[in-house]
Amino acid sequence: MPVVEMTSHLYRYFPQLQDQEIKVPAGSVAEVLNAINELAPGFSDYILDERGALRRHVLISVNETAVVDRATLTDQVPEGGTIYIFQALTGG
Amino acid sequence: MANSILLGTRKGTVIIDRNGSGWQPRSILHEGIPVCYAARDPRDGTLWSSLDHGHWGPKLSRSRDGGKTWEDVLSLKYPEGARYIVKYLPTPDFDPEAPAGEPEYKDATVYKIWNLAFGSSDQPGRIYAGTIPGGLFVSDDGGDTWELNRPLWNHDSRGGDLFSGDATSENKWGGTPASIDYGVFEPGIHSVVVDPRDPNHLYMAASTVGVMESNDGGESWTVRNRGLRMEYQPDPEAEWGHDPHFMAACPGQPDHLWQQNHCGVFYSSDGAKSWKKVSVPEQGVHFGFPVAVDANDGKTAWVVPARADSERMAIDGGLFVARTNDGGESWQALRNGLPQDNAYDIVLRHALDVDGDCLCFGSTTGNVYLSEDRGESWQCLGNNFPPVYSVRFG
Repeated sequence: MPVVEMTSHLYRYFPQLQDQEIKVPAGSVAEVLNAINELAPGFSDYILDERGALRRHVLISVNETAVVDRATLTDQVPEGGTIYIFQALTGG
Repeated sequence: MANSILLGTRKGTVIIDRNGSGWQPRSILHEGIPVCYAARDPRDGTLWSSLDHGHWGPKLSRSRDGGKTWEDVLSLKYPEGARYIVKYLPTPDFDPEAPAGEPEYKDATVYKIWNLAFGSSDQPGRIYAGTIPGGLFVSDDGGDTWELNRPLWNHDSRGGDLFSGDATSENKWGGTPASIDYGVFEPGIHSVVVDPRDPNHLYMAASTVGVMESNDGGESWTVRNRGLRMEYQPDPEAEWGHDPHFMAACPGQPDHLWQQNHCGVFYSSDGAKSWKKVSVPEQGVHFGFPVAVDANDGKTAWVVPARADSERMAIDGGLFVARTNDGGESWQALRNGLPQDNAYDIVLRHALDVDGDCLCFGSTTGNVYLSEDRGESWQCLGNNFPPVYSVRFG
């Protein structure tokens, strides 16, 4: 099962995800995010807009490759892969 | 008499409590998160903060225990099919030589939940939220669920019903270039007024749009910009494109409305059927963002004037509040207790409030001032707050 790594900023809103290895079934990025949302209801609202598209300042990468399909999140997360969820950092 | 003041700031929500004869701020809430509006629902005491996350999208946060605990409200979303016509504002990448030939349509996403207004006691649970891009959302269950007001979203002035097909007319709603720092250029609803006599009688105001009125609970909307002037347009009296920065009504005399507009202070005594410019530029009363109206006397209002357009600072380095008691015929500059040198404060549209004889405002310089005598004298409640976006008694 793929592993999920995320920016520590998100643990503030979803403390139940902190200090644990997050493993979810392989599939599209959308499916992986749905699975995280099952573990932490409301998670998707922080990552995605109401269209299901990735928010502007959020970056998701599968292993070392940034996802291409930011609108419908069809990029695949393979078995044994790692999905990283980051945010851009901006000024003061 | 209100016993607390809510600040929405660049770094969180601040609650300042009346403490005997003084005022004491609590530890900051929503620490580090920009809060563009914070207010207390007077009907049930619920506290609301509109979080303006840079990365995670705008969220409403609600507290039903006076600010001890807060919960996210995630249900304010544009429905499937909510589209709008994108306006081409003078952004750095705008090419006047090659304007788009066809309208550009965009799926709506909430960029900012800019303002909240609470319904009357006849409609418990009714809350309005004004958003960027230009949505008026309505909740009838205290914020658990929200619906977009479609008659306003689909108004002819915005191109008609884009849910069901392509636009049939021109978009007359401008954008909000003042928020260019955030990269948001869409029209924003910053003011919602509910008539205390009739909860189905509503007004809304939006930047570079103007004022609209509904007499049927939001089923239909009529433009109410007569008498407004915009000096930046070839036709200053055109029907659309006016730029109210904030609009407020007198609760006791709801036909008396005020707006601090980009192009001056405007007053209406006939329910926005007509507006009268009541600025006195030679006294400095002209440009600014907020306006507050007395609860009982519709002719009494306060503004915090500033220098326009490109400077956007206090006038001549001195901060003052201007008050009129006669519908804008004359203005008094109230300076007692406010800094008169080296002040560069700007008071944004939601950052001045009145409650009885008390007034409070906060600036983007992080200064908060309170008057308990209708503006005659001011005391400082603190100089080192984060930039203040909203001030509301609660």
